[in-house]
Amino acid sequence: MEHERLNFKDRIIKGKWIGKLFLVMIALLAIWGIGSKAIYNPQLFIQQIINGLQLGFVYALIALGYTMVYGIVRLINFAHGDVFMVGAMVSYFAVGVFHLQQWPSAVFPGIPLYLSLTIGTITVILLSMIVCAILAMVIEKIAYKPLRNAPRISALITAIGMSFFLEYFGALPFVFTPNFIPYKRPFDIVTWYVNNGVHQLQAGKAPPQGSVIFSNILLIIVLVTIILVLALTYIVQRTKVGKAMRASSYDKATSRLMGINVDGIISITFAIGAALAGAGGVLYATAYPSVFFWMGMIPGLKAFIAAVLGGIGSIPGAFVGALIMGQAEVLAAGYISTPMRDAISFSILILVLLIRPTGIFGEPEAEKA
Amino acid sequence: MLLNVKELNVFYGAIHALQGISFSINQGEIVTLIGANGAGKSTTLNTVSGILRPRSGKIFFNEKDITLTPAEEIVRFGICQAPEGRKIFATLTVLENLEMGAYTQKNKKDINDSLEIVFQHFPRLKERQNQLGGTLSGGEQQMLAIGRALMSRPHLLLLDEPSMGLSPILVEEIFNIIQDINSQGTSILLVEQNAQMALSVAHRGYVLETGKVAISGECTELINNPQVAHAYLGAH
Ligand SMILES: Nc1ncnc2c1ncn2[C@@H]1O[C@H](COP(=O)(O)OP(=O)(O)O)[C@@H](O)[C@H]1O
Ligand SMILES: [Mg+2]
Repeated sequence: MEHERLNFKDRIIKGKWIGKLFLVMIALLAIWGIGSKAIYNPQLFIQQIINGLQLGFVYALIALGYTMVYGIVRLINFAHGDVFMVGAMVSYFAVGVFHLQQWPSAVFPGIPLYLSLTIGTITVILLSMIVCAILAMVIEKIAYKPLRNAPRISALITAIGMSFFLEYFGALPFVFTPNFIPYKRPFDIVTWYVNNGVHQLQAGKAPPQGSVIFSNILLIIVLVTIILVLALTYIVQRTKVGKAMRASSYDKATSRLMGINVDGIISITFAIGAALAGAGGVLYATAYPSVFFWMGMIPGLKAFIAAVLGGIGSIPGAFVGALIMGQAEVLAAGYISTPMRDAISFSILILVLLIRPTGIFGEPEAEKA
Repeated sequence: MLLNVKELNVFYGAIHALQGISFSINQGEIVTLIGANGAGKSTTLNTVSGILRPRSGKIFFNEKDITLTPAEEIVRFGICQAPEGRKIFATLTVLENLEMGAYTQKNKKDINDSLEIVFQHFPRLKERQNQLGGTLSGGEQQMLAIGRALMSRPHLLLLDEPSMGLSPILVEEIFNIIQDINSQGTSILLVEQNAQMALSVAHRGYVLETGKVAISGECTELINNPQVAHAYLGAH
């Protein structure tokens, strides 16, 4: 009996080891394949990395919500990508229709333009975050909470249904319409190129051969994401609510015995995850300026893969997984073929599930009551 | 009467786990529920704590009907449980576990005072406060479970098998602390399979058999009751 158990454990450890080796080999192969091409055009390679960074940071904002919600209710919230879409849509209306980004100049005339736009843009992001947070709390309350004690598959199917509902409700002519809508950014894009120093690129001109370009959008995406991730880390690690979130994801019955209102904590978790996705929606729309009712579908799935890759339930995992996904997608598009990039993203999911289902940071589900 | 439980009937699906259990606890008492595995002891505690709902019966705490009060509210009334198997939050540090015990407490100073009291009872927890709960030994986890429950400043502390899986020396230590806690004014409902220990520290006891109270009385009586002695104390 004891002997059998040892053997079994042995096998698991060996299995993991082979899996890791396989992953490392694939990674080396990819690095070799890309590296051998990159070496002839290092600028292009750096350019791709920068583009991948921009994408990866947006994915991170979505992936965090997936992973947090999974951590606490063990539900893959497939409607999460559509909450991201709503975030982008809210900012489209706020900026394009109501010119919310200009409110500081309207209220305080004479305020410097850059300051006005900074405050205005922050307002737009916050508005999207709040709307998404409320939306997610409502979705949780009406769609998921009644199924809290139902088999997991019921909640999963409900999540898919909720996703379709948000998409096709959004596609109604009096909501977001079924069309691509050009997105007006809350601020003007400024581009720099790096070629013997950093220079601003004049509008309408092409940068000199062999330079690497980046824009203020990249800087804003990286900055906003880092601020939000730090804030999230602080909330989860240091605050009472964050500790209650961790306690509840570990053991709900015991959390209730301690006086924690677990339903409330679950609601807050959905709200925080959705707020991050809402910010991600605004940033994504500024980077790739067009919005439509289906725009959450593919980024949502990619972020989901990122969360699985990092180890679903793990916050650092979601962040790292998203950065890897961003790079994988851009490098696949750049060095393999553009249409292949989605196929490659989804292959990553299959590979992770086959080789290391717990992801990079994930641990096997601990035995607990 | 601090706690008054009347005619509780609790079901798990078709299983009739508690079949009309009644008992009471007076202010300042240690009352023990003893009985074999599966008798319904944990079910009783979890019903008092609000985790389970009785099909019929009433629970009064300080004369107030708390039968349908949700678990998280019951803690606010002053009942807290250290559950069977400790149920430590393994991924939280010892200190964070204790903070979760104080979740219902708003006053920072009160929380620090409670922490001091817990560390006085269990100095080992203080040494290990920044360690993850899951890395503690069984005895330390039991101390943490009791300490965590104390952090809510309960009037009534529910302990579910605190001696489970501990060495005799540790059991002795834990039971001494339970008596200390009681002497400082906290009433205790102690669930045990270790009837010997439980009857030696408690004032009154109830013997549970398949969801019913079989015998009850002062512990001194119970110890001398031939039925109890035979079935639970290993006497011949
Ligand atoms: N979650 C559950 N589902 C079904 N039956 C249960 C459950 N928990 C306990 N029971 C049953 O209820 C009875 C009382 O169990 P319990 O209160 O845990 O006993 P004790 O704590 O005295 O060992 C037992 O017959 C047990 O099998
Ligand atoms: Mg029990």
